[in-house]
Amino acid sequence: MKNLIQRLVETTGPSGYEQDVRALVRGEIEKHADEIRVDAMGNLIARKGAATTKSATQGKRIMISAHMDEIGVIATHIDKNGFIRFTNLGGVYPRNCVGGRVRFLNGTSGVIGQEKAGAQEAKPLSEMYIDVGATGEKDCPVSIGDVAAFDRPFTDLGDRLVAKAMDDRIGVAVGIETLKGLKKTPHEVYFVFSVQEEVGLRGATTSAYGVDPDIGLAIDVTGSGDTPNGLRMEVGLGKGPAIKVRDGGMLSDPRVIEWMVAAAKKAKLPYQLEILEGGTTDARAIQLARAGVPVGCLSIPCRYVHTPSEMVDYNDVRNGVALLVELLSRPIDLG
Amino acid sequence: MANLKIGSTQIKLLENLCGTLGVSGHEVKVRKLILEELGDLGAEHTVDALGNLLVTRKGTRRGRRLRVMVAAHMDEVGLMVSGDDKDGIYKFEVVGGLSAAQLVGKPVVVGKELIPGVIGFKPIHLTTASERSSGVSLDSLRIDTGGAGNGKVKIGDRAAFAPYFAVLGSGRTRALRAKALDDRIGVASLIELVRNAPENIDLLAAFTTQEEIGVRGAQVAAHAFDPDLAVVLDCSPAHDLPHWDDDEENTRYNTRLGAGPALYVADKGTLSDPRLVRHFTATAGEAGVPFQFRQAGGGGTDASAIHKVRAGIPSISVSVPGRYLHTAASIVRVSDWQNTLRLVHAALSGMNPSLLNTERV
Repeated sequence: MKNLIQRLVETTGPSGYEQDVRALVRGEIEKHADEIRVDAMGNLIARKGAATTKSATQGKRIMISAHMDEIGVIATHIDKNGFIRFTNLGGVYPRNCVGGRVRFLNGTSGVIGQEKAGAQEAKPLSEMYIDVGATGEKDCPVSIGDVAAFDRPFTDLGDRLVAKAMDDRIGVAVGIETLKGLKKTPHEVYFVFSVQEEVGLRGATTSAYGVDPDIGLAIDVTGSGDTPNGLRMEVGLGKGPAIKVRDGGMLSDPRVIEWMVAAAKKAKLPYQLEILEGGTTDARAIQLARAGVPVGCLSIPCRYVHTPSEMVDYNDVRNGVALLVELLSRPIDLG
Repeated sequence: MANLKIGSTQIKLLENLCGTLGVSGHEVKVRKLILEELGDLGAEHTVDALGNLLVTRKGTRRGRRLRVMVAAHMDEVGLMVSGDDKDGIYKFEVVGGLSAAQLVGKPVVVGKELIPGVIGFKPIHLTTASERSSGVSLDSLRIDTGGAGNGKVKIGDRAAFAPYFAVLGSGRTRALRAKALDDRIGVASLIELVRNAPENIDLLAAFTTQEEIGVRGAQVAAHAFDPDLAVVLDCSPAHDLPHWDDDEENTRYNTRLGAGPALYVADKGTLSDPRLVRHFTATAGEAGVPFQFRQAGGGGTDASAIHKVRAGIPSISVSVPGRYLHTAASIVRVSDWQNTLRLVHAALSGMNPSLLNTERV
């Protein structure tokens, strides 16, 4: 699975431009899904489990969403000396930028710098630029509107894995492995590899309308409170996948939490309960689709979220897959 | 290409549209004017619960035709009367993106009868140095109708900047100055498109409401039309001015006058569908129409609501660049307007079902 994770995180796919990630995911799941389609927004939707009348009466229609996009940047202006001005796609923070490298979809690499080079503090993005080695507008291989993402290789530290775009390729990897591991299910499960999460859950909004599920789950990263003077948060790396209770935009359905906790206990899998103060996931968009959907979220604890070096624990990832397979293999009674 | 031109008829129509009061939530007069303009076409139309005017012109080409929603918002930013201070003086709230700096000393019109007034301000003779150097708060401003409003102006009435439409200059840089060019210029363009509807598509024209207070009309209009794709016509800010205080290059102009229609790739609310961006840029190349990319960044258009409706609607925005939007007087160039109209018409005329056969890439 580490090999799959490496290939996923090293693919460039900022919000709205997820096609390379989509191609990779499709190649992985093609043999395992009963049906695959891509909707108008570019969401990859894979069904597992028969869509017959009989199964519809016994099982549930379940949407599992993991987003393919990562935070990135977009060129706004090429100045007369060939420096590229840019703005963010999603939550790119200035303090993580200077000296960092980005890669455009056309393969061009660049370094981020900022005006008044000696300054100690990070400037706003409007006072930063990307240097791709061009000397003027004419020899600049990047045009206005071109997009890029952070460029950083995958690092395997043993149990701990570090990369850019763990948010949320690690969720994508969990989704792929769950689909592969799910030999039989009484349900109609739609694995949605969604787009444009980082700019406002847009892919999940439209795919949830299209799938119209009975139950929804997101797979995404969450923060952790186990670093020096870190977040005030119970979640830590290596203590199991987190079952979300709430975040800044969503309250998990208590019946879904209970279902997830009971399954973890029964399968003797480690888990932790997550309360995140800020941020949210695709689960929020699913919950608010049409007339409303009971939702929850399986989170992979992650340090340094939205930096080019996001860290997760491999055991949490594998236990996350095991928990999802357990959840989707048996009948569900939410009461 | 159809010989779509911006001549005196179109400019007169725009003048009438800009001269109409249509602050968000009260677009009825703009809607009436559009219906009068389109009356002789016999096009199928409805007005929905939010006041959107939805006009359908089916194509005549046989076989499958794309159902293309084209939207332009009828509403403008403005004011709402919130209190009566007697003698024709009124408290007000702003509707949409306006701040005190845009309001001080501006002539306005109030209510259905367009009662003239002014947003008054203490004259310089009477101010102290410290008053002159500090900012103006909205709470300190009033609309003064000089008594004309007595018995006529009611709480809840809308007010807007007074129209002073003008054609500026001639030739390549000929420009138009008016209030509410955002987005009456889109409305005027959409009227022209309905009149010259291409035969290859079903044109679903949405004259929308309440864009300036959160793209509210467009959301329900898109749900009702349920189109294959959407094109939004708007007016986007141009800040293409020299830096007066230093020699630095202006890198944040958003759009530039004279550079043609501005195509949106990304703003705060929408990542335009790349298939549509490519279709529009290729069309511009073939038709020899100049275009520019609006700089990515904040802001948004009706597309931000439309593209998320139902299971998703591929969308793009195209706008005429305009200086000083959301003030009493904006400026657009006639050449940019004409090129926008031509590009959109050519792009619509070149739309076949195969446009969306490939996955979004």
